Order: sequence, then structure tokens, then C-alpha cells
Amino acid sequence: MEQFFTQLTNGLAVGGIYALIALGYTMVYGVLKLINFAHGDLFTIGAYLGLTLLTSLALTDHIGGIAGILLLAVMAMGLVGIIGILLDRAAYKPLRTSPRLSAVVSALGASIVLSNTVMLVYGPSTRVYPQGLLPSQVFYIFGLPVPVMRFIILGASILLMIGLYVFIQRTKIGTAIRAAAIDQDAARLMGINVDRVIMLVFFIGPALGGAAGVMVGLYYGQITFTMGWTYGLKAFTAAILGGIGNIPGAMVGGLLLGVIEALGAAYISMAWKDAIAFFVLILILIVRPTGLLGERVAEKI
Amino acid sequence: MKPAAGQIRKTAYAAIILLWMVAPLFIGKYWTDVLNNVAIYAVLGLSLNIILGYGGMFHMGHAAFYAVGAYTTAIVNTAWGVPVLWLMPAAGLAAGLFALVVARPIIHLRGDYLLIVTIGMVEIVRIALINNVFGITGGANGIFGISSPSVFGFQVNSIVAPAHYFYLVTAFLAITIVLFYLLENSRFGRALKFLCSDEVAAQGSGINTAGYKLAAFVIGAVWAGMTGTLYASKMGFISPESFSFWESVVMFMIVILGGSGNIAGVLLGAALIIGLPEIFQGLQQYRLLIFGLALMIMMIFRPQGILPPKPRSYPIDKLEKNEVSF
Repeated sequence: MEQFFTQLTNGLAVGGIYALIALGYTMVYGVLKLINFAHGDLFTIGAYLGLTLLTSLALTDHIGGIAGILLLAVMAMGLVGIIGILLDRAAYKPLRTSPRLSAVVSALGASIVLSNTVMLVYGPSTRVYPQGLLPSQVFYIFGLPVPVMRFIILGASILLMIGLYVFIQRTKIGTAIRAAAIDQDAARLMGINVDRVIMLVFFIGPALGGAAGVMVGLYYGQITFTMGWTYGLKAFTAAILGGIGNIPGAMVGGLLLGVIEALGAAYISMAWKDAIAFFVLILILIVRPTGLLGERVAEKI
Repeated sequence: MKPAAGQIRKTAYAAIILLWMVAPLFIGKYWTDVLNNVAIYAVLGLSLNIILGYGGMFHMGHAAFYAVGAYTTAIVNTAWGVPVLWLMPAAGLAAGLFALVVARPIIHLRGDYLLIVTIGMVEIVRIALINNVFGITGGANGIFGISSPSVFGFQVNSIVAPAHYFYLVTAFLAITIVLFYLLENSRFGRALKFLCSDEVAAQGSGINTAGYKLAAFVIGAVWAGMTGTLYASKMGFISPESFSFWESVVMFMIVILGGSGNIAGVLLGAALIIGLPEIFQGLQQYRLLIFGLALMIMMIFRPQGILPPKPRSYPIDKLEKNEVSF
């Protein structure tokens, strides 16, 4: 029971991180019908920028631990968001009218460029986040241990997700994003600046990914330049699991995948942990390609 | 004007073939080995080209089939001492069967979904190899002591004499080029290209699209599996590292950058992507960065690759004499 509970909380914390990354995939896919392969690398950049800001600005010393980390996360999010917009300008904007698969290949190229830029700037070895920034206490619920860190990670990702959901559902700009996702041409006719919407999507998605990067750094304590690929694929699986293009779907899919993976690693096999997500991915695409919350759309001919 | 252009092309091809054949006599062991790698990747690129170039299926897990072939060879050779070259058909068969089982349920997936599923497939295969699946793959260390190929009793050791191996792999490359050229111009090749350019129209014309796609997958896999035999016998040892996702990316880039759907384009792609980094060794650490940029720039300015296939022509004078078949 205790092991189950430990794995469950671990899975939820990691799942929250997957969900944040998955939101970036799903938002871009919703508006552009493009798998942004470079999204995982934007997440990596977020983790590295977080580390740089953490060590160079020493914010946590000046204004206290939690406030310092919050400020730092916001800065990292903004920077990654700007990189996201630049990425769109360089790799995807020239290909808006080309066949979709050209854009996918370009995305793959962009992914290689970003991850190797990180390697050239920060070096190929694993980098370590300073420890002890988040409280490491453990509190007990009905005698079952819950590390505070997991609680904070899950809480932060849920807060960000709720924020995004309210923004998308309740604001005028959010409505514009939803309209552009449904039908770009119609949205344009209604006076929506679709280019601006795409720019915004390429800011918000990567910013959330950047936040997830900082969280992984704080949670696991170490980061590598190749981690974006694995996290990206898993988050993409989460997006598919929930139904790609569907924002609540990405949240549900992320948490679900995190829990499946943690429980699978504990009860099936630790060595096969990384393969579990891929099995889920293949299974869901074969059985229900629209995902759990996706709507079935007939393919247009 | 036209015959002259054709003449120049033929002369150029003949000169390249001649240069390729005599190259090991003039360059050292190291560079011969580079050419061996170029040849191996050229065959791999050509086998992927059947799936990606003619079939238009975005398959990024080709290293999985290559791995199945190489491991089949390594396991049978080290366990029972069967000569490696005899294992080539077995390796091809194993990879083909694997492709048949794996590709069957995913063949209907649309472009980018297929891409992501094949990435998942190659990762699962790599993790399975590391985890020493069935207790026969040797785990993360891989398998050692694979014997070198022997042709009519003549030992071809790629480490002692890369030039000998060069002619072996060149022979395989030549056979591959001829067979795939015939395949490209066969009823099968035409059907594949048709369904690649317009699947609905192809289906409407009575082409069994799912069947053809699956067949393309299996043919590509069989060839990659046989190339796996060559690779295993060249290295003498194999490990999961040699079949990572990046291997698949390299093959993918060879086809896309060279010119998907065109044999000459794929050969050029292999020479550029495998050969060029050896020439610019000072830039070794920027290699992937440059390839990534090249992919982005090519997609914007020349998405069809450096040497795209020429549109198929049906000369009217030959048509009337019934020399061209449909």
C-alpha cells in the first residue's frame, strides 16, 4: 500500500510535468495541425535557462527561496516563449502553405539544431541544479508519506493549467485562439488576426514547456541536453492519449501517463520504464487515434 | 539538345562508377573504411527510399529492421557458427517478418502519426535489446566475436583489409541499385508512386493501397535486415548503441536531403551525410547542428531534395510500337 501510494504521488508529480509539456504540443497542433518536434527541446532550454538564472542572479539569496524561484520561473518562461516565437518565424512560418510533412521535417531539423545548440553552449555532460531550494520535508496523510516537493510540483502545474484553461475559455484572446483552431479562414473573416494568434500560441506553449523544464531541474536535480527528446515524446504521447488539439485532454493525458508509467515501473519492470509510454502511444493510435477526450472527425477527401 | 544532355549524364555516371571502383587502390585504409560506411548507408538509404520515397510513408524507425537483421546474424553466427554470408537471407527474412507484424496495424495511420509511431517502435526495440530480451541479445554490451564473411573460402576481414570488404559491399550495393531500379519501373513501383501522390485516386483506380504499402514496408525491411548482416560481419561486434533513434534519423536525412524517390539522389545523400563529416573533421561537434539547419533550409527552398526524381515520361514513338508497357 505504501509503495503504491508513493508511486502514485510520484506519478502525479511527473504527470503534471508531462501535462505542461503536452499543452504546448496540443495548442500548436490545434491551430496549425503541426507536430512541433522541437517543443521538447524548448523544454530543455527552459531547464538550462533556469539553471543559468539560478546560479548567476542568486535570486533565492536576495528575496527568499519560494519568491526567488517563482520570479526565476517566470523569467525562464518568458525567455523560452520568445525563443518559441523565433522558432516559429525561422522554421514554420515560411512553410505555412507547403505540404504538412515539409513542416514536420523542418520541425525535426529545428529540434536537432536546438538540442545541439544547448550542447555547444552548456557542454555535453549532465548539469546539476542546486539542492535544497524546495522544502524536502515529508508529511503524512493517514500514515502514508507525501514529500512536500511532489505536492508543490503537482500544485504548480495544476495552477498553470487552470490559468491557461481560464484564459482560453473566458477571455477574448482565448476565444480567438479557439476560433482559429476550428477554422482559420472563417476566423480571419471574422476579423481575427490569425498570425497574431499563432504567435501567441508559440509563446504560451513553449513558456509552459519552459516552466516544466525548471520543475524537472528542481525535482530531479539534474538535467542533460538530450532529455528534451524523451520528455517530448512522452508528453506527445500524453497529448495523443487525451486527444490531440484538446486542452483538457492534454492535462488528463499527462497525469494519466505519469501514473501509468510510475506504476508500470514499480509493478512490471523498472528496466522497461521508458518503453511503457511508447507502448501506450502505439496502442492508443491503433485502438482510438482520437484519444480519450477527442472527437471523431471524418477525414476530408 | 536532349541526347547531348543524356550523353553527359551517362559519361558522368560512368566516370563516378570507375572512380568508385579504383578508389581503394589510391586511398588509405581509413578512407576505404569511410567508403565502406558510405556504401552501407547507401544501401540502407535505398531500402528506406522504397518506403519513404516511393511509398511516401514517413517512417523513422528503419534502424529497428537493420537491428533485427544484425542481431539475427550475430546470434546465429556466434551460437552455431553458421557462416555470416549464408545468414543474409535469414536476416532479411527475420526483419521482413518483424516488419510484417509491426507495420500491419499501423499502416493506415496518416503521415505524422506514422512518423511518431515508428519512432516509438525503434525506441522499444532499442530498450528490448538493452534489457537482453529472451536472454539472447547480450544486453547493453551487445554481442562479440561475430566472424568475418568469407567468399568461396576467401576471408574478407574488414579491419585488416578494408579494401576486400569494399568490393564485397560494393557488389551488394550494385545488386541493390539494379534490383531497385527494376522495381521502380515495374508495375509495383508505379502503383506505389501513384498512391504516394494521391492515395484516394489510387484506391479509386483499383489499387490495393494497404497491401502495396505493407509490401513496401516489408521489402524495405528485408533489405535493411540483409544490410544488418553486412554491418555485423564488418564490425565483429554489435550493441544497441549502433541502432539508436539517431541511426534512423541519419537514414531519413539521406533520403530526404538527397532526393526522395530517386536512386541517384539517395546515393548522393549517403555520400554527403556520411562522407562530408569525415572531410571536415574539425567541425565534428557541429555536425548535427549543420544537418539540422540543412533540413530546415532544404524544406524551405528545395523540399524535393538535391536530386529529385524526374517525372516519368512515356515517349510517344515507343508507345505506338508497344514498347512501353502500362
